[in-house]
Amino acid sequence: MTGPVLEMHQITKRFGSFTAIDDVTLTLGEGEILALLGENGAGKTTLMNILFGHYAAEAGRVRVLGTDLPSGRPRAAIEAGVGMVHQHFALAGNLTVLDNVMLGSESLLRLRSARADARRKLLRIADRFGLPVDPEAQVNRLSVGERQRVEILKALYRDARVLILDEPTAVLARPEAQRLFETLREMAAEGLSLIFISHKLQEVMAASDRVAVLRSGQMIAERNTAETSAEELAELMVGRKVTRPVRQAHPLGAPVLVARNLSIDDAGETQLQDVSFTVNEGEILGIVGVSGNGQATLSRMLSGLVKPTSGTMTLSGTDIRMLGPRGLIAARAGRVPEDRLAEGVVADLAVWENAILERIRTPAFSRHGFVRRAAAKAYATELITRFDIRGATPETRTGQLSGGNVQKLILGRCLSIGPKFILANQPTRGLDEGAIAAVHETLLEARSQGAAILLISEELDEAVALSDHIQAIVKGRLSKPVPSAEANAQKLGLMMAGIWEGDDHAA
Amino acid sequence: MRLERRSHVPLHIVFIAPVAAVCVALSLAAGLIAAAGVNPLTAYMELLRGALGSRLSISEMLTRATPLIFTGLAAAVAFRARLWNIGAEGQFFMGALMTAWVGHSLSLPGPLGVVILMLLGMVAGAALLAGPAVMRLRFGVDEVVTTLLLNFIALLFVGLMIEGPLRDPLAFGWPSSVPVDGAYRLPDLIPRTRLHYGLIVAIGAAGAVWLLFSRTVFGMESRATGLSAPAARFAGISLPGTLMGVAVLSGALAGLAGSVEVLGVTAGVTTTMSPGFGYAGIVVAMLAALQPAGVVGSAIFVATIFVGADAMSRATGVPSFIADVIVALCLLSMLVALLFTTHQVRR
Repeated sequence: MTGPVLEMHQITKRFGSFTAIDDVTLTLGEGEILALLGENGAGKTTLMNILFGHYAAEAGRVRVLGTDLPSGRPRAAIEAGVGMVHQHFALAGNLTVLDNVMLGSESLLRLRSARADARRKLLRIADRFGLPVDPEAQVNRLSVGERQRVEILKALYRDARVLILDEPTAVLARPEAQRLFETLREMAAEGLSLIFISHKLQEVMAASDRVAVLRSGQMIAERNTAETSAEELAELMVGRKVTRPVRQAHPLGAPVLVARNLSIDDAGETQLQDVSFTVNEGEILGIVGVSGNGQATLSRMLSGLVKPTSGTMTLSGTDIRMLGPRGLIAARAGRVPEDRLAEGVVADLAVWENAILERIRTPAFSRHGFVRRAAAKAYATELITRFDIRGATPETRTGQLSGGNVQKLILGRCLSIGPKFILANQPTRGLDEGAIAAVHETLLEARSQGAAILLISEELDEAVALSDHIQAIVKGRLSKPVPSAEANAQKLGLMMAGIWEGDDHAA
Repeated sequence: MRLERRSHVPLHIVFIAPVAAVCVALSLAAGLIAAAGVNPLTAYMELLRGALGSRLSISEMLTRATPLIFTGLAAAVAFRARLWNIGAEGQFFMGALMTAWVGHSLSLPGPLGVVILMLLGMVAGAALLAGPAVMRLRFGVDEVVTTLLLNFIALLFVGLMIEGPLRDPLAFGWPSSVPVDGAYRLPDLIPRTRLHYGLIVAIGAAGAVWLLFSRTVFGMESRATGLSAPAARFAGISLPGTLMGVAVLSGALAGLAGSVEVLGVTAGVTTTMSPGFGYAGIVVAMLAALQPAGVVGSAIFVATIFVGADAMSRATGVPSFIADVIVALCLLSMLVALLFTTHQVRR
């Protein structure tokens, strides 16, 4: 490694009275992979937006390859060789890969587009950095991982020497994430310098050379990855020692949710096939699998949004097969949806309104068609205190809360009905370490109070840590349950590939 | 430079937005007035005098505002739940026709008859919107197209009826429907003007809609549906039920506009009785940022422009079409202003 390709020197950025970035200095060497680690709201994205020229900093300077960048000008950053891959892709789905890559890099005044040249250049870059791609494929048809590859190629096509990736694994399934990290290594070996933003410790440990930890806008520490540990980083990131709670073994009670031979056909396509499972009192049953294998349908069914085509489903002996969301809640089944901001809450409604929305027609919260606002707000206040929902008053717009606090609201709403059963679909996706611990704590607490919990998770560590039993979902079918004590990575890998014992159908 | 969502919307901005939008629209229209060879300030003074300069002009303006309050509420109710009802004009005419038809031969005590006739007008308006709503729910047909096109069908149907079965034989060949019985005419609010008790009904309706939306289960469910259909569905709200409820309410309000106009002003139905009340209702609703309470104020503003523009036209020679231009510019600038209430510019 030679001199730094990138220096950010004493950067400070304020929004009004709030200091988002406080005197941060950061350097990046050639061929280096730097992880920028921090919790949600620590200022990671703001810092990178300053580097990329989206924001103008109040103080400090940015040097790329020895030249100072003028502040607040993204085009200057691009010309200096900085590329950015945002968390939410900016691709035109109805265009081809090549069109997307060329878009914006050609002068509007040119009469003829140099497609052939562009195509050659794209393929050359793809080959050199190990990013195979079909230039003529329509972006709509690509998987999320492939789309991300197109975003990276877009930056490289503009001759980026420094590449910033904002939470690149947030949208990826685990195998895709592994592949991405291999690609990053290859790119670094070719002399590119990379910064990736993350709040996930495992991937930081696995994929970076060096880690910079940001907390509340301040650079807390820098470590060489080889000389640190996940535990140390977690503590640096959160500012105190965070430990995920540990599940204590305890005897399980009577069966609560019993599902037998459930199938769901949707428009002639089988979404769930002959699915059976039992969740007992005080048990967490983990459902693991590669995303897109029927988890969404299973979750929708247990949320009352789709009805099974055949099979039976009972809750403490009562048939709940045909119940809708409100029927399920009345039967004391709580639901935590996968996408909390799209499904769990109406982001533009106030906290108190979201707190009662699914129970608005019960006598507790309405009378003669009128909402009992005082009761609803008192209830919201109670949820806020009891579940430590930070930054919230009953009147706060819900979308303004952080992801972790929205999740606390949804979980709190669930738990306050005294649930016999809880569906928790990806309850910690996108949350930072502190919030993950809080969610785990809450779920384990509900478990020890006797709730039966079905946990759908793509995080194997989480599933193993929380669950008493684990079943894998593959192409809409469930494996037999295995005790989580017996579930090692190899066994789970086989299960998730659809290879399970005593089953002839397995592919 | 980029737009960022505001973390919270300061109250003063909510009030500044429509005022700023109107100022921008008026200054843009000033260019056109100047191009017509008239000093814009003179023209606007004439406009104000024409709408607010005397007892008579104020009463005329409020008479014009009355149906606009109803159609504005109709649009606000529908738009909040993301039901794009562009058909208030047609619903207005169906309400008017129903009221005139039944009201011509009804024999009931006056006040009871009035209530019955208004309810029938509401049913007629709601019925016209129910069709597009069902088509949207069952087949995914875009209601913007169906409600818009139904306006022309409704108007032609009114033409058919008043040339045929409902023709008023005493109208000296004017195409008008039979009038409602005199017993059901709404009394004047101010003597010797056209202003009638319909204004009170309209303000009452605005209050009722406000109450419905902010305080009832139905109101909260329909707001949730409009803001996020997936979250509403997850919370167990029936989307078809909510949307049909909203459609019935919106159509009924537009039908009531026509009914009240017949009972209070015209007595009979003509195809020219509405200078676009239904369409102007959309502007009224947008200027009020879809808030029922604001609809009354914005209806009065739009009525001022329309009534004042006629007077301005007579006094200065600027064509009265400028009123349409001003109102349209208000709509456009309000759309931009609404963006700035929820977002702010950052660099």
